[in-house]
Amino acid sequence: MSITTSDTALSVERHWQELASRRRLYTIGGLAFMVLALAGSLWFANESNAGKFWDRLPHLFDFVDQLLPRDGWEVWRALFDLPSPYDDGSLKYDYPEGRMYLTQSLYVPEYVYKMIETLNIALVSTLVGFALGFCLCFLAASNLVTQRWLRFFVRRFMEVLRAFPEIVIAGFFLAVLSLGAIPAILAVSIHTVGALGKMFFEVVENADMRPDEGLRAAGANWPERVWFGIVPQVMPNFLSYALLRLEINVRASTIIGAVGGGGIGEVLRLSISQTHEAKTLAIILLLFLTIVGVDQFSAWLRRKLVGDQAFAFGRGD
Amino acid sequence: MTTLAQADVDAIAARHPAVFAGSRRKQMTGWLVGLGVVAYLCFAWWFFAIGSVLANGNWGIAGVYLADWVSYETRPRIEFGDEGLEIRYPRFSAYNRDRHPDWVELEDVRSPGVAGRIAMTIGDGSVDIAPGEVIARRGSETVTIAISPEETVSAAGPLPSWAEQDARDGSITISFGFRGSVEVEADEVKVRQRFWGWENFVFDANSPFWGKSFGEVVSLVFSDERIKPEMSNAALAWNNILNNAEWQHGDVWLKLGQTIVMAFVGTVFASLLAFPLAFAAARNITRNVVVNQVAKRLFDFLRSVDMLIWALFFTRAFGPGPLAGISAIFFTDTGTFGKLYSEALENIDDRQREGIKSVGAAPVLVQRYGVVPQVLPIFISQSLYFWESNTRSATIIGAVGAGGIGLKLWEAMRTNSDWENVAYMVLLILAVVFVFDNVSNFLRKRLTGQAVR
Repeated sequence: MSITTSDTALSVERHWQELASRRRLYTIGGLAFMVLALAGSLWFANESNAGKFWDRLPHLFDFVDQLLPRDGWEVWRALFDLPSPYDDGSLKYDYPEGRMYLTQSLYVPEYVYKMIETLNIALVSTLVGFALGFCLCFLAASNLVTQRWLRFFVRRFMEVLRAFPEIVIAGFFLAVLSLGAIPAILAVSIHTVGALGKMFFEVVENADMRPDEGLRAAGANWPERVWFGIVPQVMPNFLSYALLRLEINVRASTIIGAVGGGGIGEVLRLSISQTHEAKTLAIILLLFLTIVGVDQFSAWLRRKLVGDQAFAFGRGD
Repeated sequence: MTTLAQADVDAIAARHPAVFAGSRRKQMTGWLVGLGVVAYLCFAWWFFAIGSVLANGNWGIAGVYLADWVSYETRPRIEFGDEGLEIRYPRFSAYNRDRHPDWVELEDVRSPGVAGRIAMTIGDGSVDIAPGEVIARRGSETVTIAISPEETVSAAGPLPSWAEQDARDGSITISFGFRGSVEVEADEVKVRQRFWGWENFVFDANSPFWGKSFGEVVSLVFSDERIKPEMSNAALAWNNILNNAEWQHGDVWLKLGQTIVMAFVGTVFASLLAFPLAFAAARNITRNVVVNQVAKRLFDFLRSVDMLIWALFFTRAFGPGPLAGISAIFFTDTGTFGKLYSEALENIDDRQREGIKSVGAAPVLVQRYGVVPQVLPIFISQSLYFWESNTRSATIIGAVGAGGIGLKLWEAMRTNSDWENVAYMVLLILAVVFVFDNVSNFLRKRLTGQAVR
């Protein structure tokens, strides 16, 4: 075997080495940057935190001790509002407080009712967000709207709705409407319009334009083209994104609830801050089961709607 | 749209019954779903009592709050004292008895803040205040109000449409629209004038740089004469900006930094931990059902215990601050990334792995050269995607006590008087999210060589 050392071969080799070393430089530079940024961030986070990481670490699970109820059945009693044997008149063991009576003897336990409230906040916001996002998305799609300014305007509008912090909207309406679920609905809906609108117009832009062409040839106007040409093909995807959004909104309305928007989030925050351990565990258990349930249900429905088509980026918000 | 005659439609329908029967059923489903949604929304209207809550809302105040986002009010108060008209300002105002805004003119000054006559320009009108008499002009209309001290307020002649008296001899409110209002009472006159913009945004009234034009400030900063002997003028200016009493720039930026750090560190650590765990969870990489299932259920658990619960938990453990936020994002996203990563791993192309294996590479090297090059761009691009969305989440969990700008934002909103600070922080957050969104989009495009959405 002879070793070729022609000029061409040498230059190829040199170029290859240059490329490889530049690549290595980028990788090492990127990694070094990441390590520096991470170290700086950690130092900054630790410095500006109320408790220092290494001081607090041994006490990390002190809180868990405070979370253990006096016996395992307490959790069930708290969850189903049954009277507790430890009842001493304080709020801590007064589980029957807050029952929602439907008839004389039939009641919905307090936390189940609050969970239903949170689920309804999420569902209403998803429906409102779906309706408005649906109306807006066609105006932002480049294959349906030729006016650049309109598309630009609608897209920026949706971006602002999406990026606008939810707690600010909730806080504003809490100040205007006083405490309750409606500020939470408004906050989550506004965010949902932006988030779903973005997903939707991307689906519309990937739609098959041949039905639209046919309708245009038959002289259809713009709403007819959208309704008969585009909507039937994008609807399964829209619905499936909306279901994905529902999962996110259940979580979001829990969080908004914790800052005053009512529902399960509020009672969870109160119960943690007052160290009502059995109540806290009951709420966490209920929340966990609900979220798992909603996720499973939505996954099942999405599979029915669009088959096994994967959504690459989970939350999409 | 070209339509077919009914006879033609019927003929076609008769020839292809299957096609039309199917679409009928579909149509019916559509209507039923629509009806169901409407019925549900009616239920929700009743359940949340939306109608009555909206009707009882304090909508008047909403307009003021919204106006506060982009404008500010100056509120001098003029009392009819024994020595003359005494002008006062709210406690934290930039003005005091020696310093008056330029739209307030004191005539016949007897001592600081006490005058015989005060003239003010408000919007397109003006107000002249003298002991016992207030003359307000708006456009071509004028109203003269006579005041007998401590007793009655009465207008000479009928009131114009822009002035209002609640009760006979009671106080008169003169409105200048958006620009402000003047409330004339028997013992004092309350003036509110609204201006566009943010008041004292750079320097507060206690700073030596307050009220100076940009050019003056620049020349002061570069001059050698020190305003305060212990520090240079530039340092003093910077210090004054950071410690601006009303806007608290230093604190806002620190809190914003905390939020950014929460999202960044949380996302990076979650990616680093999820990376090895995803290999254990992927059933084509680790051929052990028990290990797969344990890892996958762990991911589900981390993801389904909400970020809120983790945030409340770690706030108790670490105290309020970014450490709690970092931990909350880290725990939730380890679950999310683990799930996404393991799904990506289960979808890889097996031929590369086989190729590496066939040349006798050790198992670790098979993963390194057969699997990682395929999935790394996907992993990184998913992490980048969540980095941007976590910046938003970090704002929200901050409000429940995990620190950062969320908490500051929440505190500013609770006072109901600092809406301009809320606007400032919202703008900062929007800017950060916008920048991160673009950086993450750019990096993802570079990584995957195409537009990833």
